[in-house]
Amino acid sequence: MSAHPDERDAPWLDPKAQPYVRIENVTKKFGEFVAVNDVSLNIYRGEIFCLLGGSGSGKTTLLRMLAGFEQPTSGRIFIDGVPMEGVPPYERPVNMMFQSYALFPHMTVEQNVAFGLKQEGLPRAEIEERVAEMLSIVKLNGLEKRKPHQLSGGQRQRVALARSLVKRPKLLLLDEPLGALDKKLREHTQFELVNIQERLGVTFIVVTHDQEEAMTLATRIGLMDQGRIVQVGTPYEIYEFPNSRFVAEFIGNVNMFEGRLVEDEPDHVTIDSHDLGGTLYVGHGVSAAPDALVWAAIRPEKMVLSREEPPGQHNKASGIITEIAYMGDISIYIVELDSGKRVRVTQPNTHRHADDRFSWDERVWVSWSDSAAVVVTE
Amino acid sequence: MNQRRSIFLLSALVFGFAFLYVPILSMIVFSFNESKLVTVWGGFSVKWYRALLSNERMLEAAWLSIRIAAVTATIAVVLGTMAAFALSRFGRFRLRALFAGMVTAPLVMPEVITGLSLLLLFVAFAPLPLFPDARGFSTITIAHTTLTMAYVTVVVQSRLSMLDESLEEAALDLGARPAKVFLVITLPLIAPALISGWLLAFTLSLDDLVIASFTAGPTTNTLPMMIFSTVRRGLTPEINALATIMVGIVTVFVVTAGVLMARQERKRELEMRAAWQAAAAAGPRQ
Amino acid sequence: MANPSYVSLGQRLISALEAVLAVIVSSYPYRASAGLLRRAGVTGRTLVIAIPTIWLLLFFLVPFLIVLKISFAETRWLGSPPYTPLFEWVEGQYLQIKLSFGNYLFLLRDSLYVQAFLSSLKVAFISTIFCLLIGYPMAYAIARASPSWRNTLLMLVILPFWTSFLLRVYAWIGLLSNQGVINQVLMSLGITREPIVMLQTDFAMYVGIVYSYLPFMILPLYANLEKHDPSLLEAAVDLGCRPFRAFLSITLPLSRPGIIAGSMLVFIPAVGEFVIPRLLGGTSSLMIGRVLWDEYFANRNWPVASAVAIALLLLLVVPIVIFQRMQARETFGAAR
Repeated sequence: MSAHPDERDAPWLDPKAQPYVRIENVTKKFGEFVAVNDVSLNIYRGEIFCLLGGSGSGKTTLLRMLAGFEQPTSGRIFIDGVPMEGVPPYERPVNMMFQSYALFPHMTVEQNVAFGLKQEGLPRAEIEERVAEMLSIVKLNGLEKRKPHQLSGGQRQRVALARSLVKRPKLLLLDEPLGALDKKLREHTQFELVNIQERLGVTFIVVTHDQEEAMTLATRIGLMDQGRIVQVGTPYEIYEFPNSRFVAEFIGNVNMFEGRLVEDEPDHVTIDSHDLGGTLYVGHGVSAAPDALVWAAIRPEKMVLSREEPPGQHNKASGIITEIAYMGDISIYIVELDSGKRVRVTQPNTHRHADDRFSWDERVWVSWSDSAAVVVTE
Repeated sequence: MNQRRSIFLLSALVFGFAFLYVPILSMIVFSFNESKLVTVWGGFSVKWYRALLSNERMLEAAWLSIRIAAVTATIAVVLGTMAAFALSRFGRFRLRALFAGMVTAPLVMPEVITGLSLLLLFVAFAPLPLFPDARGFSTITIAHTTLTMAYVTVVVQSRLSMLDESLEEAALDLGARPAKVFLVITLPLIAPALISGWLLAFTLSLDDLVIASFTAGPTTNTLPMMIFSTVRRGLTPEINALATIMVGIVTVFVVTAGVLMARQERKRELEMRAAWQAAAAAGPRQ
Repeated sequence: MANPSYVSLGQRLISALEAVLAVIVSSYPYRASAGLLRRAGVTGRTLVIAIPTIWLLLFFLVPFLIVLKISFAETRWLGSPPYTPLFEWVEGQYLQIKLSFGNYLFLLRDSLYVQAFLSSLKVAFISTIFCLLIGYPMAYAIARASPSWRNTLLMLVILPFWTSFLLRVYAWIGLLSNQGVINQVLMSLGITREPIVMLQTDFAMYVGIVYSYLPFMILPLYANLEKHDPSLLEAAVDLGCRPFRAFLSITLPLSRPGIIAGSMLVFIPAVGEFVIPRLLGGTSSLMIGRVLWDEYFANRNWPVASAVAIALLLLLVVPIVIFQRMQARETFGAAR
């Protein structure tokens, strides 16, 4: 697997690198309910690690265990090599930004940000200096004397960020940091968050349910489902090389073809798929028993539509266009294959005047390259 | 159809409030009556107020009741806040069901039972050290505290359940110890509930006749006990004057608090709206 | 009253409080005692649970057990305490336990007590119905009033609750007596020539109870009705339901928790009520609260008074349990 060009450096690939946060076989039960199930993770200094998952996937519980609000039922957590058992939240080298921001309503912006420093018993002058510095980093100068209810949503988010960063934690936990912002503000803030993270050199662990947010922010994503980590990888790896149907379907759109392995070579496999009504040729090896049930996942943008039958034996099927959605930059086509399977194909709209656009009820061929499909076995 | 309904609702309100307020108003009017006959108007006078203010025994009883109520309310707020905090912040602990049951049971217990049972306790335990051996101020205060802490618990608990728990977690996360979090975050935020709990406990204690009668010693007389024995002997305009004073104080208190709170609320809302509008005008940069 | 997540009663007060607390926390005595407790293994959590628990055990549970104990003792007319001991060391060797059910049998045999219990239940039940009949329309009207009026109306309901209960009962004496306001009005209007006797009757007692407990009915009902989504009624009307039918089939069933809570808050204390029947009621319907009072104060019969208390409690166990359950569900629901 080649590294994606976007990756600046990748400590997780370096066997000698020490993880900053080490989570070892952590399980958390609430009564009978298993919220987090045997999770192990290594997170490195300077990362923005996103815990991505639906509601009830256990991502927030895992974050709260890192902060010290919950104790693991079993397993251990190390931060900077120190075991965290029995260490209360107020003694951990970790700060958290809450989903609701949790700004103290009876304190001004300044007092909110200074709160953590006051607990350390720093001299007043130093507190003032650091608060002012932090407020200018998050661009809140001039709002020092305001109370939280006198701020807008975006401003509150910045106060929360400043308050959690002012203690210069090595690790910042962010619970849905952009969840309460509207769409426009969210995009803007995403980039700002990354800038601040790089500037201060803090490690971020971000919990989010929004895959787009995870894709833009993260150095790596840990995808969670029902208390388990199902895949860890860079956004590129997670999107292009999902290790299961769940991961492939959770992130982005995908066409899934069920079939049986008929040919299993180190450099390629062929799959006989009744969904497709033909055979798939995939240009990578698969570790699965011969004749095993497998799935080939193909992203909509990796498929091509054509009126003429493409050459070759594999990786094509004909069908009829049943729906078209024009999105501006791309168009989405739903094609009903002769096998009855409906597939989703996206095509870029590269020309403004496309007289030869496909239309409803048109018979077309859908095809893709040998490297387009990913085979998953579960 | 709709009009008929609103006429019905309006008359229900008018009748209901008349029912609630006519007795109080008539009591006030007759407190200014010249005549000794409480119910026959004989001209305006404030002589019953003068009589009341020179009634040593009544004033003494009032002062005792106020002292009992103030001490009761203070202890009840402390204990009730602890109980409310345990119930709403500690999750499950051993014997929680018993604890919750004991805290709220005095709310629904008939007063005669609470009074009798506490009296029998004081009698049984009087010889023990640390227990009051004569009944009076301290026994009434203990009895009233037991009753009123239940009310305080309910008031504070409902406030705590509305409070976002992540505020307390955020303070812990920023390095404050639990006791400090309680003092600098939780306590200021539930202060309004503590104030209303204190006032509620004060009022209930000041008003109680039955429990005080059971737990008072033979020579102790609280204000309600004085009123009760006076009223049983017949109507006297002095009681009207007393009632008027008490209604007046309470009204001023409640109305002022209501107006202040409404004004604060309105100001807050305006400021909130202003902040959001300013941000919307400035675009995503702000 | 409106309940936003944060209502300030004066910022200055809170900041002052905070400053005082900060001084306390950093003071030497606070730190020293906190350290001492921590070393002894006593956490703040334990203390917060233990202190109210000890108080309640001592002043709620133990007194109750004493009442239970005395209710099984026999009356001893001359002596202090005026009842026989339950446990006794015989010759310093045997623990003799003497349980006497005599007081309970006495309650059952003497028709006075049975009558008193029955009439207490009857009075409480009828009063609850009247409170509901008067309180429901009021609560409904307040819940439907415009927001600016709502707080004022609600304050008017609560205001009498803050003023002395005893004095409000007293006010009715002035209204209902033979020379009272009502009789004077009736006579001056020529409706009656002789004053109608109202004081010291069941009528006066019912008026007093309904009057005193009405706010307890209105408040839970209002809290419930206020939460109703008006679009439910609009949907029902839109689907062809007449307004009154819509009320019967939508609002009334949805307000059941409020009705039950309000009824319990009126019924339970009304059963044991002492002051109102004593001041306004006649001698015909003797209520149990007064029987208990007289048994203790007039007859000095502690065991029978205790037995009456236990019997009264047994009578109220069912409504109290219903109420506690609802209370628990309400707080549980609110915490979510």
